Amino acid sequence: MTTTYSALSLLKEGFNGQKGWAKAWTSPEPKSRYDIVVVGGGGHGLATAYYLAKNHGIRNIAVIEKGWLGGGNTGRNTTIVRSNYFFPESVRLYDLSLKLYETLSRELNYNIMLSQRGMISLAHTPAEMEMSARVVNAMQINGTDAELYGPEDVRRVLPIYNFGQRSRYPALGGIWQGRAGTARHDAVAWGYARAASKLGVDIIQQCEVTDFIVEGGRCRGIRTNRGDIRADRVGLAVAGHSSVMAAKAGFRLPILSYALQACVSEPVKPVLNTVVVSPGTGTYASQSDKGEIVIGGGLDRMPSYGQRGNLPVLETVLSGLLEMFPAFRQLKLMRQWAGIVDVVPDSSPIIGESPLPGLFLNCGWGTGGFKAIPAGGTLLAHLLATGQHHDISRPFDLDRFARGRLIDEAAGSGIAH
Amino acid sequence: MQTFSCPFCGSRPEYEFHFGGDAGNERPEGFATVAAPVWAEYLHFRNNPKGDTQEVWLHMTCGELFVMDRNTVTMAAGPGQPILPPKVTP
Repeated sequence: MTTTYSALSLLKEGFNGQKGWAKAWTSPEPKSRYDIVVVGGGGHGLATAYYLAKNHGIRNIAVIEKGWLGGGNTGRNTTIVRSNYFFPESVRLYDLSLKLYETLSRELNYNIMLSQRGMISLAHTPAEMEMSARVVNAMQINGTDAELYGPEDVRRVLPIYNFGQRSRYPALGGIWQGRAGTARHDAVAWGYARAASKLGVDIIQQCEVTDFIVEGGRCRGIRTNRGDIRADRVGLAVAGHSSVMAAKAGFRLPILSYALQACVSEPVKPVLNTVVVSPGTGTYASQSDKGEIVIGGGLDRMPSYGQRGNLPVLETVLSGLLEMFPAFRQLKLMRQWAGIVDVVPDSSPIIGESPLPGLFLNCGWGTGGFKAIPAGGTLLAHLLATGQHHDISRPFDLDRFARGRLIDEAAGSGIAH
Repeated sequence: MQTFSCPFCGSRPEYEFHFGGDAGNERPEGFATVAAPVWAEYLHFRNNPKGDTQEVWLHMTCGELFVMDRNTVTMAAGPGQPILPPKVTP
């Protein structure tokens, strides 16, 4: 069986009628006991299992997924990776993620199609330019790449922008991060799943957690529709459903679940070479390798678990897009969808032990979980393996809400979630 | 476009309304004596249920707060109920 992906193996299997490819991962029956169980087979859960096996040498691990791998937000996001945050804690976290993404294709032997095409966060007013300069300075001090762009730079990277005299959102400049870009979202989930499975991790799909096994005030495993599974430690990486799992475990979280919409147009010739976000219009866009314009914006305005968006927000996002790019007026939309994201008051994730000992949290990524997958996996794996925080995850513990030590990125970098 | 029912104005389009949090999330009494975890519960921690819930909403055009039953999966919403002051016995 061919298990390694390379030009040579592609050639070999081409002559072999593509019959010798090994399955990317195995699907065993769940065992009754594991050292560690990770709930949630999206990017964060699969990455956690992979790093537990690779960094900590723990092999008796299961990933439990109620649907199929990457079927939640991992398959519903707009594939953008970046680390343009304001606070030092955030930049350490997201830059760890971006650095891991930069070498991930080679590490996993799986092409995640990382394209560091750069990202421009536009500024439309002199006041926004001053705030952009502040964020650029903070990013540079925190050790990640950032440049302050002026109007000529925007003309160079966004030639199709609406630079007309009557533009309601003139582009005065913005924050440029050259290492930002896009990656293929499904490939990230599948790549981690394949690499984890190779290291002996059991990947179990169609298995829904119904309750937690609690003995002596400690989490000792999970109850599922395929039987009880005991574990020394349990990790939770279930994004928008974190509050539902927390209720089963007997505690609440500082999370509200919202629908976040996105949509794609029909494929067109290359026209948009960077990722562009405008806080002014509330819209962001990029062009996929297939040529589709991938469009996103703000949250729907009421808590929701229904994985579909509502019309007023879609109208706002699309009118923002057309104001910025009048040439897109004739584009036809092909698909529109929504994922359920876990929004925290300070727009920063929650990583740490839950109020139920033995149960560990990786949640609260809100609208930006995809970019953080390698870091979220690394940090939850560290917690599950050692029971202790990694230096990078400590500021993001659940205790920050009682201590009042919030990491308010909505105020810091102006992100929308 | 979904419509919600304001108890004072009747059925109005969703963009006139603003979500105001869990119904019954009452502010702790005794400002200086309230412990930090209690403040955190009140300020930040939420029920966030999947399914039926009861929430406070603001109708922005008339400025009135009211309580509404809603389902967070189907998005079905019941009629808004006014928040009445507690009955005072003379």
